[in-house]
Amino acid sequence: MPSRLFFDNLGAILTYAVVGTLWNAFTTGVALWGLQQAGLVASRVQAGLLDFLLFGSLISAVDPVAVLAVFEEVHVNETLFIIVFGESLLNDAVTVVLYKVCNSFVEMGSANVQATDYMKGVASLFVVSLGGAAVGLVFAFLLALTTRFTKRVRIIEPLLVFLLAYAAYLTAEMASLSAILAVTMCGLGCKKYVEANISHKSRTAVKYTMKTLASCAETVIFMLLGISAVDSSKWAWDSGLVLGTLFFILFFRALGVVLQTWVLNQFRLVPLDKIDQVVMSYGGLRGAVAFALVILLDRTKVPAKDYFVATTIVVVFFTVIVQGLTIKPLVKWLKVKRSEHHKPTLNQELHEHTFDHILAAVEDVVGHHGYHYWRDRWEQFDKKYLSQLLMRRSAYRIRDQIWDVYYRLNIRDAISFVDQGGHVLSSTGLTLPSMPSRNSMAETSVTNLLRESGSGACLDLQVIDTVRSGRDREDAVMHHLLCGGLYKPRRRYKASCGRHFISEDAQERQDKEVFQQNMKRRLESFKSTKHNICFTKNKPRTRKAGHKKKDGMANAEATLEKPRDLGFQDTAAVILTVESEEEEESDSSETEKEDDEGIIFVARATSEVLQEGKISGSFEVCPSPRIIPPSPTCAEKELPWKSGQGDLAVYVSSETTKIVPVDMQTGWNQSISSLESLASPPCTQAPTLTCLPPHPLGIEEPQVPLDLSADPRSSFAFPPSLAKAGRSRSESSADLPQQQELQPLMGHKDHTHLSPGTANSHWCIQFNRGGRL
Amino acid sequence: MGPRSSHIALIPDVDQIRNETGFSEASLLRLYGRFQTLDRNKKGFLSRTDLQQIGALAVNPLGDRIIDSFFLDGSQQVDFAGFARVLAHFRPVDEEEAATRDPKDPEPLNSRMNKLRFAFQLYDLDRDGKISRNEMLQVLRLMVGVQVTDEQLESITDRTVQEADEDGDGAVSFLEFTKSLEKMNIEQKMSIRILK
Repeated sequence: MPSRLFFDNLGAILTYAVVGTLWNAFTTGVALWGLQQAGLVASRVQAGLLDFLLFGSLISAVDPVAVLAVFEEVHVNETLFIIVFGESLLNDAVTVVLYKVCNSFVEMGSANVQATDYMKGVASLFVVSLGGAAVGLVFAFLLALTTRFTKRVRIIEPLLVFLLAYAAYLTAEMASLSAILAVTMCGLGCKKYVEANISHKSRTAVKYTMKTLASCAETVIFMLLGISAVDSSKWAWDSGLVLGTLFFILFFRALGVVLQTWVLNQFRLVPLDKIDQVVMSYGGLRGAVAFALVILLDRTKVPAKDYFVATTIVVVFFTVIVQGLTIKPLVKWLKVKRSEHHKPTLNQELHEHTFDHILAAVEDVVGHHGYHYWRDRWEQFDKKYLSQLLMRRSAYRIRDQIWDVYYRLNIRDAISFVDQGGHVLSSTGLTLPSMPSRNSMAETSVTNLLRESGSGACLDLQVIDTVRSGRDREDAVMHHLLCGGLYKPRRRYKASCGRHFISEDAQERQDKEVFQQNMKRRLESFKSTKHNICFTKNKPRTRKAGHKKKDGMANAEATLEKPRDLGFQDTAAVILTVESEEEEESDSSETEKEDDEGIIFVARATSEVLQEGKISGSFEVCPSPRIIPPSPTCAEKELPWKSGQGDLAVYVSSETTKIVPVDMQTGWNQSISSLESLASPPCTQAPTLTCLPPHPLGIEEPQVPLDLSADPRSSFAFPPSLAKAGRSRSESSADLPQQQELQPLMGHKDHTHLSPGTANSHWCIQFNRGGRL
Repeated sequence: MGPRSSHIALIPDVDQIRNETGFSEASLLRLYGRFQTLDRNKKGFLSRTDLQQIGALAVNPLGDRIIDSFFLDGSQQVDFAGFARVLAHFRPVDEEEAATRDPKDPEPLNSRMNKLRFAFQLYDLDRDGKISRNEMLQVLRLMVGVQVTDEQLESITDRTVQEADEDGDGAVSFLEFTKSLEKMNIEQKMSIRILK
C-alpha cells in the first residue's frame, strides 16, 4: 500500500471512514425502520428502531477485500483508489464499535438506554480505534527492533514478520480493539525499517507468501458466503426488506459521498471531481465483514435475525457481483471523450507523447503535492531518532535516500547492461567476447523482428518506392516502432496494489535509461561550459565529499587514471562523483538533504589533464526518492515519481553495486559491508571495462576522425580480468555483496562532440568486478 | 502551505503578475510557496540546479528541456514572475473568460495558440521558427528507448517531418505544427487542474 499517498489523503480517508460510515449506518437504519412503519416490510419481521440501527451499522461498512479485488481491475487514478481503499480499512473500527454499541443496546432493551450509554458509546469509538492503532504501532516497533538484529539468522526473518503482525491482530482482538486497524498500523509503521533490515530473499519470501495467503483467505471467505446462501435453514426472505436495503444503501452512500466531497473539496488541493465521486459511491462494496457480523447476532435478542441474514447475503452478492462487474464498463463509459475514427498520424502520436511528458514535468515543477510542514518535521524526527534505533547500522548509513536511488539505478543498470550487453554494444559494432548474450529482447521484439527479417520492411527512406502498398506497410512499421519505443509518461492511472501478480517494472528500466541520458547530457553541457577552467576547489570538495559520505550521501568519484593504476585496483570500482559546481551556491548548502528532493546524486569527474591542472567538473543532481520502485513486501507497484512519495524500498533485485571511491576505500567498504547480494549468473562473467585516459586517446585522435560513435567505442577495453574476477569472487562470502560496477554513462552513442579540447576532461569509468577487500 | 508564505502582499509585483498570467490569488500563493521551497538558499530567484533537484525531472525525457524553457534568452536565473509566466501556459482554459475577452487585448498566456507555441519552443531549440529535421531527430532520440536504432530513428524522423511539412522546405514551421495538431485537444492536454 502506498503509504505516502495514504497519509497525504488521510483527511479525506478519515472523513469518509468515520463520518461516512456513521451517516450510512444511521440513515439506512432509520430509513428501513421508516419502511417498516410504512408497512412495506412484512410484520413477521419483528424489529424495532434499535434493531434496524444495528442492521444498518453492519451493512454499511465498505469491505476492503472486495474493494481491492474490484479496483485492481479498474485502473482508476491512485488518489481515488487510496481514498476508497483507505476508507474501507479504517471504517472497521467504526463498524465494530457501532455494532457492539447497538448490540448492547438491543440486549439491554430500548427502554433502558440512557444518555450516559450514548456517551460511552462515543467514547468507546475512540478507544477502539486509537487503541487498535496503538497496539499496531507497538508491534511495529517491536518488529522493526528485532529485525535489526537478525543479520546472522536471516532465515527467521519472514517468520518474524508474519508472527508479529499476526500477534498484533490477536492482541487487538483479545482487548476488543479494532484488529484491522492494528494490523494496518503495524504494517505501515514498520515497513520502512523492516525493509531496510531484512534481506532481499526474506523480502521476496514475505511478499509471495502474503499474496498466497491473502488469495486463499479471500477464496475461503467467499466460498463460505456462497455455501451459506444455499443453506436455506439459516435465512428467511422478505422482499420489502431486501429491496429496501439495496435501494437505501446505494442511495445513501451516493448522497453521503456527494455531501462529504463537497465539504472536503473546500480544503483539498486537488478537488475530487464528479467522476471520482461516482466511482467512489458505486465502488462501495460490501463483503464478508457484514456477513460475519450478521451471523453473530443472537437470535433470542434479535428475532429478525434470519431476515437480516438473507438481506445481507443478497446485498453482498449484489454489490460484489453486479457492482463489481459493471464498475469497469461504467468507468470506461464515463471517461470516454473522443472517438478515434482515423488512425492517428505519426505526428500526432509523437506530439501526444511529448505533451504528456511536458505535463508530467510541469506538474512536478509545480509540486503537485505541495509542501507539508508536518511531514517534514516527522521525517526529521524519524531520521534523527527512529531510524537510528530501528534500522541496522549499515542499512541506516546506506539508507539515506540519496544513495538509495542512485544505488538502485545502478543495479538496474548493471542488470540491463549485462542483459542487453550484446545488444547495446553490438549495435555500435563492438563485440564482447566474454559476455554471455543474455538478450532479453522481450520489449524489442518488433525491432528485432524488423532487423532480423532480412526481407522485412525496408526502413531506409531513401530507397522508398512510391508504390502505395509499400508506403502503407512503412506506415504500419513506423507506428509499431514508435509505439514500442516511446517512453511512457508517468502513469497517473494505475492500480496500486496488484493482488494476483507481482509485476515486473518496465517503468523502472525506462526511468533508469532516461535518468542516465539526462545525467549524461547535463554533465556534457556542464563540461562544455566549464571547459578549460581550472577549479581550485578540488581539495575542499574531496574532503567535503568524504564528509558527505559519512553522512550517507551518495558520493563517488570517478577519477581519471592511467591504465597501470587501474590494474592494481583490487577494490571495486569507482563511483562517479559529480558535485555541484555552481558558483553562486555555497558549498555547504548543497550537502543538505531536503525532503522533497531526497538523494543528491553526486558525481565528480576529475580529469588528469596532461598540461593543465585538474579539471573538476561537477554539478549536483538530486533525483527524488520517487524513482524508487515500490516496496516489494506490499506489492505496491506505485511508480513513485511524485514528490518524495513512497518509502525508499531498498529493492535490490539482483545485483548490488559496490561503488567505492578511490580514496575512501575503507570507509566505503564498511558502509557497504552488509549489503545483500544475490549473485545471478550473468554477473559472473562480467568483464572489466575500462575507459582509457586521455593520453592514449589523444594519440588515437589524429588518426580517428572525430566521430561521435567511434570515441566511446574505442574507449572500452577488456583487459583479461576474468582470472582476477574469479579469484576475487572466491574471496567473497555469500553474505558479501558481489560488486558489479557499471556506469555506462558514456555508453550511449549519442555523444556530443568530443573535441580534442574536451578530451582532456575525460571520464574514467572503471568497470570492475571484484570482491570486497 | 507551510508557514512561509501566507499573504499575497509578500509576493513582489503581485498585481502585474496576476494581470499577465491570470492566476487566482490562491494559485499564486501556492506557486509562490513552491517557488520558495525550490529556492533553497533564499536567493529570490531560481537557478538551473534548483530545478534540477526536482527528482522527477531527472527521469523525464524532456525534463532538461522544460528546465531550459524557464530560462529565457540564456539567462541563468529566473525570478518568480518568470516562473509564474511559464507556468501560466498550463492554466486550464476558462471558456467564459475566453468568450468575454476583449479581442484587442493580447492573448492570454494559456490560450491554445500560446500553449502550442510553448510546446513548439521545446522542439525548436535554435529559435529560428522552424523545427528542422535535426531538431526533430533530437527530440525523438530523447523520447525513444535505447532499443530503437539510429537508422530506424532517422527514418521515423524523415517520415514525421514529411507528414507535417507542407511547403516542402524540410522543416516544420509553427503554422504547419499547429495544423498537424488541429484535431488534438490541446486545451485539455496541456492544462493542470490545480492551476486555476
